[in-house]
This record gives sequence, C-alpha cells and structure tokens, in this order.
Amino acid sequence: MDEDRPVLMPRELADYLADALRDHLEAVEWSGSELSLRTRPDSVLAVLRFLRADSQCLFSILVDLCGVDWPDREQRFEVVYNLLSIRHNLRVRVKIATDEETPVPTATGLFRSAEWNEREAWDMYGIFFSDHPDLRRLLTDYGFEGHPMRKDFPLTGTVEVRYDDDQKRVIYEPVSLVQDFRDFDFESPWEGARAALATQSGTGED
Amino acid sequence: MAETSIKPLTLNFGPQHPAAHGVLRLVLEMDGEVVERADPHIGLLHRGTEKLIEHKTYLQAVPYFDRLDYVSPMSQEHAFALAVERLLGLEVPRRARYIRVLYAELSRVLNHILNITAFALDVGAMTPLLWGFEEREHLMEFYERASGARLHAAYFRPGGVNQDLPAGLLDDIGRWAERFPSFVDDMESLLTNNRIFKQRTVDIGVVSEEDAQSFGFTGPCLRASGMPWDLRKSQPYDAYDEMSFDVPMGRTGDCYARYLVRVEELRQSLRIIAQCIERMPDGPVKTTDRKIAPPPRGEMKRSMEALIHHFKLYTEGYHVPAGETYTAVEAPKGEFGVYLVADGTNRPYRCKIRAPGFAFMSAMDFMSRGHMLADTVAIIGSLDVVFGEIDR
Repeated sequence: MDEDRPVLMPRELADYLADALRDHLEAVEWSGSELSLRTRPDSVLAVLRFLRADSQCLFSILVDLCGVDWPDREQRFEVVYNLLSIRHNLRVRVKIATDEETPVPTATGLFRSAEWNEREAWDMYGIFFSDHPDLRRLLTDYGFEGHPMRKDFPLTGTVEVRYDDDQKRVIYEPVSLVQDFRDFDFESPWEGARAALATQSGTGED
Repeated sequence: MAETSIKPLTLNFGPQHPAAHGVLRLVLEMDGEVVERADPHIGLLHRGTEKLIEHKTYLQAVPYFDRLDYVSPMSQEHAFALAVERLLGLEVPRRARYIRVLYAELSRVLNHILNITAFALDVGAMTPLLWGFEEREHLMEFYERASGARLHAAYFRPGGVNQDLPAGLLDDIGRWAERFPSFVDDMESLLTNNRIFKQRTVDIGVVSEEDAQSFGFTGPCLRASGMPWDLRKSQPYDAYDEMSFDVPMGRTGDCYARYLVRVEELRQSLRIIAQCIERMPDGPVKTTDRKIAPPPRGEMKRSMEALIHHFKLYTEGYHVPAGETYTAVEAPKGEFGVYLVADGTNRPYRCKIRAPGFAFMSAMDFMSRGHMLADTVAIIGSLDVVFGEIDR
C-alpha cells in the first residue's frame, strides 16, 4: 500500500536535514516512510524555525501538536509536532521529551496554530509551555482538576455532576460506579506464562 | 464637553445560540456594535474520545469517529481506517477503495449542503436550508442502504468496508447524481448573485494566504484564501489518483469566497461520484486476511476455523505492530488527520485526532476583530465548524 503513495519525505532531504540540524538533533527515526526528528526542548524552536524557513523545506503549516504520555520513561511526556509543507508536498514530525517540571518553549511565535494546540496539551497532559501568551485550560470544565489524558488518570474521571433538587443547583460528587471498571488482559496465555515464569525464576523459586 | 470613556461591554454569545452551530460559548468584548476581542470557550461537548479509544480495540474505535463530525461521518472513519492499514501494511481490494471514494464524496455533498444552506440561514436566507434537507434525506437513505445506519455508519473499517453494496444502489445513486445539479443551480440562483447575501459576506472575515497557513487552515477555507491545496490531488489515497476532478480556488479569502469554493466542490464531487459508478470494479470489499476482517457468515456455519477467527476478532481484536503514523484525508471541512501510536497490543497507545475545525475556531478572535456583531455569525457560518470534532 505504501508503494503507490507519493513520497512525502525523500531520503535525500532526510539526509540533508540530519546534516543541517546535526547540532540540534538527538536521533532521526523512520516509521515506514514517515520521518521523525528527535530533539531537545531548548533547541526545538531552532529546528522548527529552520524547517519553516529553509527553501528546501518550507514547512509552513503546523498541522498538529500533541502530547504523548509514557509513564515508564524517565522523561514521561513526548511533545509531537506534525508539520506540512504545501510548497514541496512534504510531511515531517518533530519530537521532544519532557516531564512535569521542564517547560517547553512555545511555538506561537512561529505558528499561530500552536496557541490552541499548546493549550490543549497543557490541559490534557500538564505539559508547561513557557512564554505562552494565554495558557488556560481549553477543553475541560471550568475548575477542573488533573490532566485527563495522562495514563494514570482513570477513564471514568474523578467527579460526576448531577442536579440536586434540594440545593436547586448542579453539584459535583466523587464518581461512584455500580460495577467496577473492567479492563481485560488479552495477552496470549503462552507469552503470559513465559512472563510469569521469568519473574518466578528471578525470585529464585523452583 | 469632556469625553467619557465607556467600559467595553462583554457579551456572552452562546453556548445555546442557534447561529453558533453547536455548543460554542463566545465571550465578546464589544465597543458598541464592534467586536474588540472574541474569546471562544470550547469543550462543552468534550467526551474524551481520545482517552476512550485508548481503552478500546482498533475495531471498537471506529464508531467513535462517526461521532466526531456528525455531519460527515464516513470521512472520519476513512482517516482511521487508512492509518490502521498503514501500520498493518495491509492491501485493500480495489472495489473497497472505489466504494470508499464514492461514499467519501457522498459525505462531502452531505456536509456541504448543510454548511452552505445553514450559512445562508445565518445571514437571512431561509429557503435553501429547507430544500437542502430534502437532498440530505436522499443521501442519508444511501448511507442506510449501504451500512444500515443513516448517520453513525461505522462502514469504513480497517481492511475495506463492512459489507457490499446492495443490488440496485449504484443505479439509484446514479439517478440522484443526474438530478442533483438542478438543486445546486436553484440554490445558486437564490444566493450567488443575491444582493443581501453578498452584502453580508463579501469582504467579511478576510484571511490572507500567510495567515491561513499560520493558523493551520486546510480544506475549503485554505483554498478560498488562494492556495490550491487538496490532499486528494497532492497526496492521493485509495482510488483518488484514478479520478479526474478540478480543485476550485478562491482569491479573496472572505466568507463569500468560502461559499463559492464549496458550491464548486459540490459539482466536482458529482464528477467523482459519476466516475466511481461508471468504473466500479467487481471483487471482494474487504481484505481476505482473516486475522483482520471477519469471515462471511455462511462460512462460519461450516468451518471451525472461520468460527474461531470470528470469535477472536470480536473479543480480542487484532494486534497492530508497534509503530506510529500520521495519516490524513481531505475531509469536507479540511485536513482530518489521525496520529496513531501503536505499541504492539490490540489497543492504540495514543490516538490524536486532528480536526480541521479546531484550527478554524482558534482563528475566530483574529477574524472577527473589528467586525460587527452580526458579522461574527457570518464568519462562524462560513468556517463550517462542528463541535463534535473540535471538542472531541
């Protein structure tokens, strides 16, 4: 299926980018025919500025900016910038790793579409963007607490609302579930057994 | 006489305003009739779709996409199906690709009829909406005959489409497509040269080429600003590279240009629909890989293997190899993209939905500043926003 799609990131351009941005890049990753440039929070603006301005790139549209949560990693959050070049018909991804403390410089100065996308990432993950003109919550309720897209945030949330007839207003209460949330484990029993055996032998049993 | 300074009036537009096209709360700071600042408060329809998808199998995630932009459901499914197929490295049968293109274009007509006519209603023309809903009814009938549902179709699935088209449906779509241009002509005769309509839309909400790109505009709104950019042409998916059609482009970037671009897209969609019907190939409508798509019902009654496949697919689902992709389609409103991160299990690790309307809404402050209050209504109407996809 990939063969008949147009090439949105030719290898030569990827090599050129890796060379031109070598001071800023930590890794150049391919997933299929899509390229990801991994960089650091302090050089992300330099990378984005280069990608937008260079005559071989001209990535003029920041299509999407989002967070991804990897709780097991040392720096748990990933910020992913998806860029589109209309002029050359190219796409590229820029990724940085960060955590709850480390601020990411805002890209609003380069792309105005970053403003709302960064607000959303702040709202959903608690990724802090420094120098953002208006870093309020975007999608969640007024007075909401927590960052719902984090992997440790429960799917059902923490509060529920209802109209209280006595108080004549809408009130917030902790979520009460009639049935516990069911999360099925679909790992194959063979692989599961191997994992179980590995932990057993690790503890020295049998 | 000393000048007295008047504190700007703060006006709450919505969240239940008929011209807000859904649940938008717009806090407007007014200087008399003139908007000084517009602050959209969105998220009143936030359902946590992305979070829910992380807890569902790939197949169970499909219906959530119908419920994003509920005016053009199949276009959203299309993006998700393509993204999953991309991660799986799956080949889709030719007939399925044609059916998808056919239905994606029917969705585009469905969407544009509602948008154009509701926009006309916002600026004072009531008749087009009433005519348009009759046509939408025909289209939703075609939806129902193919998928069984008028709106939330869940028809495009990773690997193809859910079921084959019933006999006679293509002929009926063909007959409708021959008749439909007269509706477009009638609608245009009411709007395109209408003095009142033009007074309300020409030079309202102008977006330049640079601003449109900076705000991440795509689709008709970008094309109206003078960029002939269409993913169906530049990054064709499914059978679009075999179709011949034109990409309309506006020059002025105002509300009127966005209207004109959509009207022309209606006509171009009809060309694609006609080509799909004419060249519709025979063959299977979903992949024959039984690990991805279920076996036919009849086979399940005879074959133990088919029964096991069916059971496994509808309980565990399929495992998608670890990887990531950003896959986008040209939805009626603009570029609808899915950034999918798979970790090798049967559930997506992360599924970020890139909705075109989100970018339009973020430009609301920029576009309505300095315009009159009534013009913000025209701007919202011309942007074609649906809050299902913006709030997700």
